[in-house]
Amino acid sequence: MIREFAAIDVYYLLLAARWTLALTALAFVGGGLFGIVVALMRVSPFMPLRALGAAYVNVVQGIPLLGWLFVFFFGLPILASVQVSSWVAATVAFSFYAGAFLGEIWRGCLQAIPRQQWEAGAALGLGFGEQLRHVIVPQAVRVAIPPTVGFLVQLIKNTSLGAVIGFVELTREGQLTNAATYRPFTVYIAVAAIYFAMCFPLTQLSRRLERRLRVAR
Amino acid sequence: MSLVELKGVVKRFGTNTVLDDVSMNVERGEIIAVIGRSGSGKSTMLRCINGLEPVQGGTVVVDGETVSAPGADLRALRQRVGIVFQSYNLFPHLSVEKNITLAPRVVKGIDPGTARELALGVLRRVGLAEKIDAYPDQLSGGQQQRVAIARSLAMQPKLMLFDEITSALDPELTGEVLKVLEQVAAEGMTMILVTHEMGFARRVATRVVFMHQGRIWEEGGAREVLEKPRTPELATFLDAVLH
Ligand SMILES: Nc1ncnc2c1ncn2[C@@H]1O[C@H](COP(=O)(O)OP(=O)(O)O)[C@@H](O)[C@H]1O
Ligand SMILES: [Mg+2]
Repeated sequence: MIREFAAIDVYYLLLAARWTLALTALAFVGGGLFGIVVALMRVSPFMPLRALGAAYVNVVQGIPLLGWLFVFFFGLPILASVQVSSWVAATVAFSFYAGAFLGEIWRGCLQAIPRQQWEAGAALGLGFGEQLRHVIVPQAVRVAIPPTVGFLVQLIKNTSLGAVIGFVELTREGQLTNAATYRPFTVYIAVAAIYFAMCFPLTQLSRRLERRLRVAR
Repeated sequence: MSLVELKGVVKRFGTNTVLDDVSMNVERGEIIAVIGRSGSGKSTMLRCINGLEPVQGGTVVVDGETVSAPGADLRALRQRVGIVFQSYNLFPHLSVEKNITLAPRVVKGIDPGTARELALGVLRRVGLAEKIDAYPDQLSGGQQQRVAIARSLAMQPKLMLFDEITSALDPELTGEVLKVLEQVAAEGMTMILVTHEMGFARRVATRVVFMHQGRIWEEGGAREVLEKPRTPELATFLDAVLH
């Protein structure tokens, strides 16, 4: 039976959008942790660490996100006989994926700081970690904000892939609503508007931060 | 014992030998001017002295510490050896005060209360006390370079290395930096400075070292080296820079 698209459907879409945000937040935190480790490994003076960091990035980026979702959701039960919920599988897969991309973004930002800045720190007797903490990272953070927010916006949209392992978020809820109301145009306009309402403020925030940090150096 | 002892130092980048059997002693209180064509290895020699570049042969001993030994305590060494670069390399995100006090706070652990006093003290020596709260991009090149000198002085080094520190400056700004250098020299600091300012070298240096193709080609008192070159290479070089 086909019913009308009504206010209650918008309400359900908004409820589903919470899961989009929740998964994005978890993936961003998890990916951020992986990303920091990877970025530091990749600028470390210690070759094996650099190689390990590069290997992680290449493996994760060389396989589609869809593949990672399948690996964690269907693969783990078979390989390690652990049953995981779509929540856990999606969180782990997205963190893994975000870690590689954020790691690359942040490595680029660290490397954008001229070599002479490291050297000036070293010449004053600062160790590697102290150069990183007091000289390089504070400068790199400014460079990192726009691409990081850009990636976060991508991440919000990419979480829709979670639907393939039964994770119901905004896009999936939209499909379900459409199946019930058969109003694809209206439904997907609503879905698009909600995505926009989540992404646009982020982009604005990024601009503001950028401007503020520039003034404060 | 000399403050700096280079013995048969060899430095290669790949197959390119940049320092070829360099030996030199520097006594406390000496002011050595290093001159030579671009690419002759002057910067590399300075960088080997404070351990920014490892050497492939010979030994580098500074203040009794063998810099060239594996596992040398470079952190301790660099507290005693300051270096100022051609491109200033101030930290753009930190105020002048924080630029100066970062290493004393982090490396030497001086307490934050005395940090500002320390900064003011060294800034007075370079004539920039009023710029303590400025940021590097609000300063002229000459002022930035003087802050870089102050930053180095704040570590109370026993030896200071200066690598063409006026070469990036407009001619009207070199004077103020040279004046600061001269004053630091007058206070008794041991200095090795790479420079193209021959007048300054003659006036201030106790010894001039001419480098050519990675070797110390000639050395001696400032007047004798600059006025009576013994090798055609030095004569050609002096001809080029003086005319
Ligand atoms: N990091 C490096 N890697 C490779 N070659 C270098 C490096 N630094 C310097 N060189 C080479 O060493 C030689 C001497 O350089 P440098 O010491 O900077 O000379 P100078 O300061 O007298 O101009 C040059 O041929 C330069 O190309
Ligand atoms: Mg040089």
